Amino acid sequence: MTEDIIVHGAEWTIKELFVYPNEFIYWSIQIVMYPYMTGLVAGAFVLSSLYHVFGQKDLKEIAQFSLVFSLALLPVAALPLLLHLQQPLRAMEPLLTPHFTSAIAAFGIVFTVYGLIVVSEIWFVYREYFVYQLEALKGAPGFWNAQRRIAYRALTFGARDVSEGAIRVDHKAAKILAGIGIPVACFLHGYAGFIFGSVKANALWMSPLMPVIFIMSAVVSGIALCMLTYIVIMEWQAFRKRRKDGAAAAGDIKGAERDVVGRATRYLLGFLIAAISLELLDLIFRGYTAMKSWDILRSVMYGKDFINIFVLQYTLGNLVPFILLLLPRLTIRRTVLALLLVLFGVFMMRWNVVIGGQAFSLSFSGYMHYHIPIIPHSLETFKEGLFGALTVIATPFVLFWLINKFVPSLRRDIGEA
Amino acid sequence: MTCSRREFLKEAIGGTVATVLPLSAFTFLTSAEARAAIADSKVRWAFLVDTNKCVGCGMCVKACKNENEIPYDAPVTRTWVERYVVTKDGETHVDSPMGGRDGFTSSAIRDEEIDPENIDKAFFVPKLCNQCDNPACVQVCPVGATYQTGDGVVLVDREWCIGCGYCIMACPYGVRFFHPKYKVADKCNFCYHRITKGLQPACVQSCAFGARRLANLRDPDDPVTKIITTERVAVLKDEYGTKPHVFYLGLDTNVR
Repeated sequence: MTEDIIVHGAEWTIKELFVYPNEFIYWSIQIVMYPYMTGLVAGAFVLSSLYHVFGQKDLKEIAQFSLVFSLALLPVAALPLLLHLQQPLRAMEPLLTPHFTSAIAAFGIVFTVYGLIVVSEIWFVYREYFVYQLEALKGAPGFWNAQRRIAYRALTFGARDVSEGAIRVDHKAAKILAGIGIPVACFLHGYAGFIFGSVKANALWMSPLMPVIFIMSAVVSGIALCMLTYIVIMEWQAFRKRRKDGAAAAGDIKGAERDVVGRATRYLLGFLIAAISLELLDLIFRGYTAMKSWDILRSVMYGKDFINIFVLQYTLGNLVPFILLLLPRLTIRRTVLALLLVLFGVFMMRWNVVIGGQAFSLSFSGYMHYHIPIIPHSLETFKEGLFGALTVIATPFVLFWLINKFVPSLRRDIGEA
Repeated sequence: MTCSRREFLKEAIGGTVATVLPLSAFTFLTSAEARAAIADSKVRWAFLVDTNKCVGCGMCVKACKNENEIPYDAPVTRTWVERYVVTKDGETHVDSPMGGRDGFTSSAIRDEEIDPENIDKAFFVPKLCNQCDNPACVQVCPVGATYQTGDGVVLVDREWCIGCGYCIMACPYGVRFFHPKYKVADKCNFCYHRITKGLQPACVQSCAFGARRLANLRDPDDPVTKIITTERVAVLKDEYGTKPHVFYLGLDTNVR
């Protein structure tokens, strides 16, 4: 046959022993990215809600930022799915003909609902600011200022009442939305866990604990990323200002505030403990019940994937940052290191679930190894390779930079909701 | 135009009711109900594989690939044949090079030569889609592109499949794959285009040994149905609750 034969998955799958002919690593790096990014969205939102709903005043600064950052992350939760589809032009079909017995069918609906909640909450928090910008830019010279004014005008949706009563209503609405948002955010992510946990054919995935594990690790990674980005941006701003104003003014400039970071760390540790406990429970239960699949699962977990699971995920990604964060006299630098490790640990958890779940054959008599395409030589090896994943990781920061132009989430004087 | 809050709410509720009421005339059917509504009660296709008769020639795989336009040299296939060699030390050696397409001409399994004196038993097992009564693949398809027909065969709509791969993940038998050319999920459908016209599936027709046979379970006089109902048959992986409809004679405990 002269036509090009591209068997999806054959490119990066190495088979060992007996594997059914049609088995390949069909769900590759983008499906690792999907729960990872969704988790970051959900976690960022939960962190912001801790302040908005439960009135954790100590989190105020980071909450404002997390809320806007979760909006920047939101489109990126769907991006990996789009990149993964073999027929990306048909991506809207789950909304057109949803087949509700499928866990994926509701993705568009849950995702849209959640997106609307985040956008409206941000609107209520920043409406006052939009109106003030509209006033401030009135008659400001220059083409771009005119454009910005038009943008702010559109953003107010004509609601320009900034009386005390109106602002109170805004705050109340933001609080209610944040309240509704928590269960929806958890659902969005718990549901990603359900997509895996409900696959009865896959011995590693099938577990009713999967959605809960996903939610806990999602919150962990979301808090970690928000803290990390917050610290980096704050320190960068302080650094720039110090260079501009000279050392004399250095005392007045605030970088990342240690007690904000310290408080957020406590929540991070709480969720981390919950996540690890559940994962270990799952592991112990599988070993104890030792069902038919345990032999092959054990050989994958304690053999082939030992480094990935026990060294990289549990030790480097969980235990080390746990100790780093608990040791007394926590510094910002040590926190940054711990946060990076936590993010890495959650990523490895997603990797070990998605790729690890396909590391063994359905025949329980063979293995499959995943070799991620590094240098792309076709659209597919780009999309489902290292650079596709890096594109997904980079996008939220670009989006945040854009959104932050209009919704300054890092300024300490705006959005008192 | 002015509109008081009360008026707005009234209009909104009225509008909602007016929209929802006609919509409530539509009902969501479960897959079983949908099937019952369109089912042709005279036919339920099933398959009988007599592993005692299979010699591993691979003609069925060849015929299937040609009949169903699966690129001949692609490592994916709608049906395949597995070779099992159980040695005296209790080890089971399994292989299926190119799905058994070219037959099993070498006695080595993955380059490992096995001493004939050391073999307890050896046999071939053809595999294909089980056309389950409770298909996991149909359950998980997010857009309904894969569905069960009234006569029990699970089909894929190539025009509607989005290529998410969830069905491939959900099938415990590994019969699904992405079609190398059409980029959508693909699988055995008992040669639906043939059996609905009274022909035999390509693999059945090409099997010189009668190891593969098609049955209509709703026809009590069907000779293959008689074998399935009167003899001791087994199915693959019934623990998944999928109710597979490919029945095996002479299935061994070592078969995966």
